[in-house]
Amino acid sequence: MLDLLAWGDTGWGDELVRGTLMTLAVALCSFALGQVFGALGATAKLNGGIVARGIAEVYTTVVRGVPELLVIYLLFFGTGNAIMAVAAVFGYTDYIEVNAFTIGVLSVGLISGAYSTEVIRGAIQAVPFGQIEAGRAVGMRRSQIFFRILLPQTLRYALPGLGNVWQLTLKDTALISVTALAELMRSAQVAAGVTRDPFLFYTVAAALYLVLTSLSTVAFDRAERYSNRGVRRA
Amino acid sequence: MNLSVMWSAVPTLLAGVPVTLQLVGLALLFGFVLASGVAWMRLSANRVLSAIAGTYVFVFRGTPLLVQIFLIYYGLGQFQAVRASIFWEILREPYWCGILALTLNTAAYTSEMIRGGIQSVPHGQIEAARACGFSRFLVFRRVVAPIAVRQALPAYGNEVILMVKASSLASTITLLEITGIARRIISQTFAVFEVFIVAGAIYLLINFLITRLIRYAEWRVTPHLRRPA
Repeated sequence: MLDLLAWGDTGWGDELVRGTLMTLAVALCSFALGQVFGALGATAKLNGGIVARGIAEVYTTVVRGVPELLVIYLLFFGTGNAIMAVAAVFGYTDYIEVNAFTIGVLSVGLISGAYSTEVIRGAIQAVPFGQIEAGRAVGMRRSQIFFRILLPQTLRYALPGLGNVWQLTLKDTALISVTALAELMRSAQVAAGVTRDPFLFYTVAAALYLVLTSLSTVAFDRAERYSNRGVRRA
Repeated sequence: MNLSVMWSAVPTLLAGVPVTLQLVGLALLFGFVLASGVAWMRLSANRVLSAIAGTYVFVFRGTPLLVQIFLIYYGLGQFQAVRASIFWEILREPYWCGILALTLNTAAYTSEMIRGGIQSVPHGQIEAARACGFSRFLVFRRVVAPIAVRQALPAYGNEVILMVKASSLASTITLLEITGIARRIISQTFAVFEVFIVAGAIYLLINFLITRLIRYAEWRVTPHLRRPA
């Protein structure tokens, strides 16, 4: 049975490892994109005008309230149509295909960003306002207050929450398999279909996901300990 | 955007709501029972029981639900032993496979919430109750359970919402709940945006109502936080 997992043409080992790397790539890109959306969303919610605040509010409510699968389907089936509709306005009527990786990263990043928005907002609000007043009182510029007071502490407060978001993002990438991108879940599906041995391949896939999630837990624990060095514990 | 397509998709999609609610409701019900058992094992002094429960929670929280669903639906059916057993009546049905996967998944998360809730009960209160002559059962019913529920309810509310969203994955094993029906309508009409927006709105509405219900439940279990009228 284990020769099914062999490396090379005879087995599925290399396909699964390549799938795992693809999963990792999608997850990292989505998470990074999510941080951009999250930072923008949190800024809009805390400092934005009524329009920006409204958009951010709708974004987090809708994306967090609708199934991830639906968001992915909507972007996967809808992005091509939308781009073609725009292209048609400019007189370009050929079929345009957006690659699955881009759409995958975009949709999971959108989901990741909605959760990050709330985490980052909470972390910014956790920085005591007196410290910002103190910064102003000693004559720090806005940028100095941001880089020396707000940012370092926000990062520290946000870290545990972002750890959770990362785990969610990592697991959400499995849903990209519906778009036929060859990430871990999809590789397992293909292997299961060809060999008619779904139990083996889904178990291996589960184990590989488990490796990724547990390594992440260790990494985030380390990062938390590092960011809390020099902080007194009650 | 074609409004008439949207409008005509509404009744068809609403027909999927009962299936979605059944999946969520049954999974939460079975999941809670299982989670109570797992939390009890996790808190027990017996190392073996505690390790088994810990491994279960670790595995089900660390892997994507989609893998769990496929493993149960496609994976288990591959064995002749499973197909010959009495469980086959359940495992051959996508409906019950979906509920089984959702149940196992939610129980892993819920057991941690129950454990957190129980561990948040101040030890002194339990000692006090024991000192007053409460039996173990009475201590649980009058002291531990109310405080644990109060502590765990907000987190459990999130879990309920997550389950509603997770139930959409049942569409991948041919179940026609809201997402499954949405996909079917799209394959006939190609109205991607219209149908998914209506489906999304239905999910949002369900989740909004659930949030309200949980808020009300939280209000009910925290009479000490209310201002006297």
